Formats: sequence, structure tokens, C-alpha cells
Amino acid sequence: MIAEILDKQQLSKGVFKMVLSGPKIAEKRKAGQFVVIRIHEQGERIPLTIADADPDKGTITIIFQMVGKTTRHLADLNVGDTILDLVGPLGKPTHVENFGTVACIGGGIGIAPLYPITQAMKAAGNHVISIIGARSKEVIILEDEMKAVSDEMVITTDDGSYGFKGFVSQALEEKYLLPGKKIDLAVAIGPVPMMRSVSEVTKKYNVHTVVSLNSIMVDATGMCGACRVSVGGKTQFVCVDGPEFDGHQVDFKGLMDRLCIYLGDEKQSIDHYCSCTRQVTG
Amino acid sequence: MEMKDRLKILRQPMPEQAPKVRARNFDEVPLGYTPDTAKIEASRCIQCKNRPCVEGCPVEVDIPAFIALVAEGKFIEAAKKIKETNALPAVCGRVCPQEAQCEARCVRGKKGEPVAIGRMERFVADNERAQGEVSIPEIPPKTGKRIAVVGSGPAGLTVAGDLVQLGHDVTIFEALHAPGGVLVYGIPEFRLPKAIVAAEVDYLKNMGVKIETSHVVGKLDTVDDLLNEGFDAVFIGTGAGLPTFMNIPGENLNGVYSANEYLTRSNLMKAYRFPEYDTPIVRGRNVAVVGGGNVAMDAARTAMRLGADNVYLIYRRSRAEMPARSEEIHHAEEEGIQFHLLTNPIRYIGNDKGWVVGVECLKMELGEPDDSGRRRPVPMKGSEFVIDIDTAVVAIGAGSNPLVQSTTPGLETNKWNYIIADEETGQTSREGVFAGGDIVTGAATVILAMGAGRKAARAIHTYVMSK
Ligand SMILES: Cc1cc2nc3c(=O)[nH]c(=O)nc-3n(C[C@H](O)[C@H](O)[C@H](O)COP(=O)(O)OP(=O)(O)OC[C@H]3O[C@@H](n4cnc5c(N)ncnc54)[C@H](O)[C@@H]3O)c2cc1C
Ligand SMILES: Cc1cc2nc3c(=O)[nH]c(=O)nc-3n(C[C@H](O)[C@H](O)[C@H](O)COP(=O)(O)OP(=O)(O)OC[C@H]3O[C@@H](n4cnc5c(N)ncnc54)[C@H](O)[C@@H]3O)c2cc1C
Ligand code: SF4
Ligand code: SF4
Ligand code: FES
Repeated sequence: MIAEILDKQQLSKGVFKMVLSGPKIAEKRKAGQFVVIRIHEQGERIPLTIADADPDKGTITIIFQMVGKTTRHLADLNVGDTILDLVGPLGKPTHVENFGTVACIGGGIGIAPLYPITQAMKAAGNHVISIIGARSKEVIILEDEMKAVSDEMVITTDDGSYGFKGFVSQALEEKYLLPGKKIDLAVAIGPVPMMRSVSEVTKKYNVHTVVSLNSIMVDATGMCGACRVSVGGKTQFVCVDGPEFDGHQVDFKGLMDRLCIYLGDEKQSIDHYCSCTRQVTG
Repeated sequence: MEMKDRLKILRQPMPEQAPKVRARNFDEVPLGYTPDTAKIEASRCIQCKNRPCVEGCPVEVDIPAFIALVAEGKFIEAAKKIKETNALPAVCGRVCPQEAQCEARCVRGKKGEPVAIGRMERFVADNERAQGEVSIPEIPPKTGKRIAVVGSGPAGLTVAGDLVQLGHDVTIFEALHAPGGVLVYGIPEFRLPKAIVAAEVDYLKNMGVKIETSHVVGKLDTVDDLLNEGFDAVFIGTGAGLPTFMNIPGENLNGVYSANEYLTRSNLMKAYRFPEYDTPIVRGRNVAVVGGGNVAMDAARTAMRLGADNVYLIYRRSRAEMPARSEEIHHAEEEGIQFHLLTNPIRYIGNDKGWVVGVECLKMELGEPDDSGRRRPVPMKGSEFVIDIDTAVVAIGAGSNPLVQSTTPGLETNKWNYIIADEETGQTSREGVFAGGDIVTGAATVILAMGAGRKAARAIHTYVMSK
């Protein structure tokens, strides 16, 4: 299905928000699900979380960080441009119910996929504590949106330029778990090392923790196994069995290794893209 | 021509790219017959009255009749003759396991070699396309009935083609961004050029079939949604697209692929043309491929073409038991694939960065026959050895993807989660829902999937017209 870019905004350095046409996806999607896009005929297929949707307008919102060829190309597109293929909604929706107190913990671009889940947790009647963090103040995204769906919120920065100085996992432990605050469920989304350290902390306090994994995908329908990850010693496909799993069971080292498979190729791809676009723009 | 002269003619070889050259490019390997060789080959057919070859063909192509037309040089008519029962001759001529089907029954194979039915089928279909003679049949008045086809592999394409020609409104829903199923994501360009599949798909579109790609049934909507939205019947042809691993240690290491991923990256995503195309693939120097079917041969030959120094094909039985088409096994050998027969991997060995560096194997010997009638391979004690590799491709079979079954209440499946459907009609346990192809039989062949599609189309027609 072809999708049109209806709106584009830059949220912070290298982070963009786009609104795409996708009436049927907007109607069907649930929190925690994602889409796959392929920009053009030569393009690769990449997964991006549905950060928001408007069924009345028939639109979905994606928020992405420029990390390589495809996200950079996407960032180069503008309102009115089209994306050749948009597939979704994919993955299992988040299991949402009234758990009691839910900690929603987001790191960097992970705040984007965390937002619709936080929204759903709040709507289900949970007491929501949000802890969102990034390297520094300029790269915190969705602060207002997250605040609007949280009962309590903590912001952390690695450099201390805003809020709590340190990592989200430290804030979680020092402000809540150590003082004995009862948390019924933690949801952590962000870079793999961040999800791992949050899971390590929550394990100490026996808090069930859901993480959303960002493995490399191709078809995203369970056909290829590119996205596989070991969870509790069993191989799982992130695209159909996930993307959410029990953080205490995930083999994060294996996931991290697999995310590095194409590092050399990715550099070659972006170099190729830059040299091509330079040719086009003279 | 006198009978004795016919019998003297030898099977006409089909020219091919030289093994050394083709092992490094993705162009098609066989170059096809010329009109002259096709005519000579056709004259080898002795036009048997009892037509044993036809019985060997799952869709009963009128083989002697089309061959007679080839012998007379009436190539366009020959194509029409085949198309009476087989909508995709350019595909089947290339990928059917003829040595187990039509050609297996050919009387000329009893003494000497069988008539090259597949090669001629391929020739007439290619000729028809090259001459621009593919004409759109006249479509009867619309019946007003709407049929949804889930999956665009050979089964789905056949159902769609047959039903649109009966005046129905047909929409195909395909999960991937390109239609064709295994024909586009699995079978490589050097065996089945994608332009041929694209031409067949265009033909269907020109007849009025609508194709919605990037539409995952079971996610975006369900079979019940389709029925509620006004489709009068649904055909499920979702294939056997679930990768199987052996569940041995190290299978999740970097560099270990399922055949589905390896072939999808290379074929559908065109990773062999990286960086012109964005999708990367590991170009291993020493590649192990595990399995002995068409999928394994395709993966091994792809690895060679991606620049490997050594490609090892590891198969636990002997060469005689390999399920791949014999031509493909032969091609693989010619291209320098090293066969480790009666060998089974037991674990992959990784380095500290999580990359595969070796595969440990066991030697096997053949014991008593198993359920499949083939002698069961049994491991030989103490025969462990390690092959140094940097890439491995697991091609040991495929299972059923549960997306549609798990979202369609009341749809009965067997213990392997394949859909239970009537062999003659494709009727499932749900009214108005039909199924066929690999999702019913498990991984089989293109022509069997097409045969199932044809039968289901007939039954769907009867069903919707009586509603
Ligand atoms: C379920 C899911 C949801 C996601 N949601 C978002 C989101 O909302 N916003 C966002 O910015 N990112 C999201 N991602 C990650 C996003 O898919 C990758 O950043 C993107 O594919 C990178 O493509 P690239 O060509 O720009 O970079 P590349 O040059 O391909 O890679 C750069 C880095 O991204 C990683 N990567 C590469 N390909 C993939 C891939 N197919 N999937 C995941 N990681 C990959 C690699 O480890 C590499 O280090 C999500 C991933 C998954 C699996
Ligand atoms: C690498 C390889 C080589 C092969 N070589 C040969 C050969 O030489 N000769 C031969 O005869 N056979 C060969 N086969 C087997 C043959 O290709 C299959 O038996 C045949 O394609 C089955 O056809 P099908 O229509 O049932 O399914 P498929 O061809 O598998 O097509 C199913 C389609 O359904 C789509 N789909 C699945 N789920 C959904 C969903 N939920 N919603 C929408 N769409 C969906 C899939 O994306 C796919 O496009 C080979 C198979 C492979 C994998
Ligand atoms: S369709 Fe296949 S089996 Fe039938 S005649 Fe053609 S090549 Fe032979
Ligand atoms: S069996 Fe062989 S010789 Fe006889 S009709 Fe068929 S193709 Fe011709
Ligand atoms: S991406 Fe192919 S199985 Fe998950």
C-alpha cells in the first residue's frame, strides 16, 4: 500500500515525526504494534512503531531517529512525497489491563514506542509513573505528550543538563524501588543496554518487566527468522511472537550481537546514498 | 517421419551458460531451445495412444497434442494447447520435477532418454511471450460475485486466473510487497527470471484481477472481515512459509540463516545487487548449506554466486535420496558445490563476537527404512568433525505460518497446523472458505499448488453461483 507523507516535524537532533496516510491501519492498530515501510523500489524494509493514530483522519504517526541509510532517506522526504509500501499493523499488541502501578521507562528514541503504551496503560486505570531519559536535554522527545498521560514523571539526562543526572535505571531504583514503592509492572523501551540494565534492576526487586525488542527484520510476518532472539532459552520471532517479551528472560547479548551483523554493509549503504544524492543535487 | 527414424534421434540438449561463468552471475543458467531444436525434439515423440506422460502430469497437460503442434512449427497453437490446463507453462517448464512426473512416464525413457517435455513447454511459452502473442481471453459478463484470494503464490494466482475468466470479481491479498509467493521470494533469478513471473501477474491484472500487496490477512483484517465486507468466498493459499531450524546449539549465531531469510534477502530484496539495492546479505567465503531439497540447492548456488570460495552442502542421507530436481543437483555439482553426504550438523561454533566460525558434524550410515520408505540415517559413533565456515544456511524444510489459522475461528487444521481441506474441492471446515497449495499439503511443488488452485476455483464457482 502506498502512503503519503501528510506532515513532518523535527523533534530534536536527528529525530523526526511524520504523519502518514493509512486509513485501515489507523483503524485496526493497537498500542505496541508497528509498521514496516519500504520507501522505493530499491529500498529495504524497516520496522517502525506506530507512535499514534487518528482513525477519523485515517492517519498514523511514526517517530524515527536517523541512524543509517533508510532512516536518513526517510528524513530527506517531505510532505507530499510518498512511501512505496506501508504494511501493518504488525506484532502483538501490548497486554493492557489495570495492573495497579505501572512504571513506563523510555530511553532516547524508545520514548516514541513507549508513548502509545503509556497512553493505553493510563486509559486502563493504572497509576502511571513515567521515567524518560536521554543523553542530554536537547534530545528528550515527547516530554509534554508523556506528561499528559502520566501521574508522575521523572526526566533523566546522562550529562545532568536536565532533571535527574544519570540513567533511567538509576532513577527507577533510587527514587522508587529502593524506598520500597510498590510497582506492579515495568515497561522499558530504549537502546538494548538500557533495557538490559532496567531488567537487571527490576529483577533484584522482583518487578515483572516487559521490554520491546528492536531486532533486524525482513518480512516481519514470521516467514524468515531474521528477527529471532532467545527468550528463556527458547528461540522467538520478534515480529510475530513479540515485539514485547519478559525482560528477565531475554538474551540481550545475543540480541546485541545480531544487531551488528550488517555494520560494515550499513556504512557502505549510507556512503552509496550520500554519493548518489550528491550527484542528483549537483 | 518413419518410426525407426524417430527412434534414432537423441534427446536434444539445451544450451547452458558454462559452469565457471554462471557460478558467478545471476543470469538464467539454461538458455532454452531454438525453434529448430524444439522441432527435432518434438519429432522424438511417438504419439502414444494411451498417453502415459499425461497421467504423470498433475494438471494433465495434453502433452502429445502440444508436441505434435511443436513438430509442425505451430508454436503459438502449442502454447494455447498447454494453457488449456496449465496457466503458467513458462514457470512449470522450468521448475517442475519432470523426471518424477511427466517425463518419468514417457515410453521413450524405457530405452534411452524420455522426450524433453519440460524443455519444449518452456520453449513454447517463452516464444509466445517473445512474439507478443499472449492475448487476453474474452471475459464473460460479470456475475457480480466477489472472491478474495489470500496469498499470491502459484495456488492463489491460478484460482484468481480461473475465476476472473468466469466473470467473477477477484481480489488477491498478498502480505509481501510483490506478488508471486515462492516464485519471487524463494526461487532464484538464475532458475526462474522474475520478469517471467511479472509477465504472468500482469496478464492476470489485464484480465481484471485486483492485487493488493502489503496486506497481511490475520493482522490488517481477518478472513471473517473479508466475508463480512461482502466477499462471497475466500480462498486461502498462504503457502508453507515458516522457517524450520534444527534446534541445535549455535543456531542463533551471526552468519547462520534460515533458507527463507537468505533467499528472501537475495531474491525479493535483491541483496545480490547491494549497494544499488539497500538490503545487505552476508557474503560468506566458506558457506555451509544444510539440506538436500530444491531450497538447499538454491541456497548453495546463491552462496556461490555471492562470491564464496567454498560451498559445502551437508545432507544426512545419500545422493539418491535427495528430494531436489535432478537437474538442479547436477547443476550444483557442476558449479563446484562440495557435497558432504551422509553427514549431519550437531552444533555451530561461534567466536566471542557471536559470529559462526565452524560447524561440527557427525557422519551417518543408512539403517532400516523409515515412515517415508527411505532408509533412516543413523549417526556413527565417534565420527565428529568440524568444517570451518563463516556462513551457514539451514534449508531443512518449512512449516505452516499460523497467522490466518489462528485468526479464523472454526477453521480446522491438522497436527502440523496445515489447513484441512477436501482434496477435490479445497472446501475447508468453514462455509465459503476454501484452501489449497502448500498450506494444505505442506511444502510440495508449484504444479501441485496450481492443480489444487484449479480444483478449488471450480468448486468456488459452483458455490458462489448457487448462493
Ligand atoms: C518492532 C520495532 C519497532 C521499531 N520502532 C522504531 C521507532 O519507532 N523509531 C525508530 O527510530 N526506530 C525504530 N526501530 C528501529 C528501526 O527499525 C531501525 O533504526 C532502522 O531499521 C534502521 O535502518 P537504517 O537503514 O536507517 O539504518 P541501518 O544502517 O540499517 O542500521 C543502523 C543501526 O540500526 C540497526 N538496524 C538495522 N536494521 C534494522 C532493522 N531492520 N530493524 C531494527 N534495527 C535495525 C542496526 O543495528 C544498526 O546498528 C524499531 C525496530 C523494531 C524491530
Ligand atoms: C527455494 C524454493 C525452491 C523451490 N523450488 C521448486 C522447484 O524447483 N519446483 C517446484 O515444483 N517447487 C519448488 N518449490 C516449492 C514450490 O515453490 C511451492 O510448493 C509452491 O510455491 C507453493 O505454492 P503456494 O501458492 O501454495 O504458496 P507460496 O508460493 O508459498 O505463496 C504463498 C503466498 O502467500 C502469502 N501469504 C502468506 N501469509 C499471508 C497472509 N496472512 N496474508 C496475505 N498473504 C499471505 C505469502 O507471502 C506468499 O506470497 C520451491 C520452494 C522453495 C522455497
Ligand atoms: S506442467 Fe509440469 S508435469 Fe505437467 S507437462 Fe508440464 S512440465 Fe510436465
Ligand atoms: S509418453 Fe513420451 S513418446 Fe509417448 S506421447 Fe508422451 S511424450 Fe510422446
Ligand atoms: S522478520 Fe522475518 S520472521 Fe520476523
